Amino acid sequence: MKVRDIALARSGDKGNRATLSVIAREPKDYPLLERVLTAERVREHYQGVVRGPVQRYLLPQLGAVHFVMNDALGGGVTRSLALDAHGKTLGFAILDIALDDLP
Amino acid sequence: MKPFRIGAGAGYSGDRIDPAQDLAERGELNALVFECLAERTIALAQLRRANDPKLGFDPLLRERMRAVLPACVRQGVTIITNMGAANPLAAGEAILQVGREMKLARLRVAVVTGDDVLPWMLEHDAPLIDSEETVRSLDGRLISANAYLGAEALLPALAAGADVVVTGRVADPALFLAPLMHHFGWKADDWQRMGQGIVVGHLLECAAQVSGGYIADPGFVDVPRLHDVGFPLAEVQEDGSCVITKLAGTGGRVDRLTCTAQLLYELENPARYLQPDVVADFSGVRLTEVGIDRVAVEGATGHARPTHLKATLGYREGYIGEGQISYAGPGARARGQLALDILEERLKRLGLHALEHRAELIGVNAMHGPALGTDREPYEVRVRLALRAPTRADAELVGQEVEALYLNGPGGGGGVTQSVREVVAAASALIPREAVPADCRILEL
Repeated sequence: MKVRDIALARSGDKGNRATLSVIAREPKDYPLLERVLTAERVREHYQGVVRGPVQRYLLPQLGAVHFVMNDALGGGVTRSLALDAHGKTLGFAILDIALDDLP
Repeated sequence: MKPFRIGAGAGYSGDRIDPAQDLAERGELNALVFECLAERTIALAQLRRANDPKLGFDPLLRERMRAVLPACVRQGVTIITNMGAANPLAAGEAILQVGREMKLARLRVAVVTGDDVLPWMLEHDAPLIDSEETVRSLDGRLISANAYLGAEALLPALAAGADVVVTGRVADPALFLAPLMHHFGWKADDWQRMGQGIVVGHLLECAAQVSGGYIADPGFVDVPRLHDVGFPLAEVQEDGSCVITKLAGTGGRVDRLTCTAQLLYELENPARYLQPDVVADFSGVRLTEVGIDRVAVEGATGHARPTHLKATLGYREGYIGEGQISYAGPGARARGQLALDILEERLKRLGLHALEHRAELIGVNAMHGPALGTDREPYEVRVRLALRAPTRADAELVGQEVEALYLNGPGGGGGVTQSVREVVAAASALIPREAVPADCRILEL
């Protein structure tokens, strides 16, 4: 089972930071997201894209885990050489994380 | 008290026009907001204005106004927009002209200015946010500096009974907060209501992104009829709580998922969303589905507003040259990789290899870097080389080198495109609130 089976994701931009929300489709699945998607796990997943630290914010009443990924947008949306300068496609990458191989 | 009905007419400068017209005609709205300014839009508009003093506002302004003005004036729907960009006064005149062409009996347009803080930035120096540098480091390259005005700056325009309020840089959610403050008489230091008003604005400011746009993932998150997605509206109560919904018969969906995704979109710390009018706290927001395509929103609060306003500085940052070529069929990825290797050698020969550049394969690693999904063999790839150069001439070499792969590169390359664009980048700095006096001017038919 993967994150995509229980959640959806949306990424956005803030200067040179990417924001990433992961939202449980059913509120009952939220605790699993909170357990699997640590800041460390997310940073590791986006290695090569995210160069700075990752902060995590928990919003249990919304069934959502929210991340701010620093130094993730090639110096910032307005100067980046990236095809997707806003990092809009980044969100879906997290849906590929497996939920089974819990530590 | 009847709820105040406020709709979103655009979530960015190029957004669809027909859903806004539908909202204007059938929404029984009190206010309709068009948010059309991205981070560097004003800098680009400033360049257009420098060429022609009548330009510098949103190029789609007239078309949008033609679509909604008749219904809005007839029904008393106040239009609020930042489509003034770098030239709100010319935008106001253009709106009047549309009113004249459409033979409207009356039209009152309020032009709110004050966001242009370029003179202040040139006189003073200020540290750049997220940088070791100060504004001085942009000397000679600075194009524009615009402070984010708050909702307070729009209140005189609303008090004057304007049919249309047109301005430049105003914090996006403040475009929605202002009519709520005006209608309900909220005090500027009622931090709880201000925070709740910011939630309303934040949920609506990207238009369809809260009503079914940008969320579909077939089989996992299905959204009906995106070709006809309805733009959202909020029914706001005096205490700031609201219901987010859309018009019956339109495509899309409004539910807990669409609202949560938009609530958190582009937020950093959800408990401290810095706005000119308030530091909003979304951490306690509760969303409840109260009907089909109806979500109740409550629980936001706020803290005292910041002493400084954020300003966006637009500056020239050289040129980006780019070239692309495709390879498909057996060995597509290996041929694409060979093309990239050739291009790196060519950059060395041209003395451009030390410049910041990206050489990548679309279909393999252009979106999510080298670590994700690159184990899969694609049927087709697209080579992409992008390089930042100080001169246009150097940037042009990039596309030429990619094109030369036709005759000099791997087999089977096709579909070359090349481009050069001047980069207008954006930086941010803080400016004391007192240094940004807003002004309001009324134009009338």
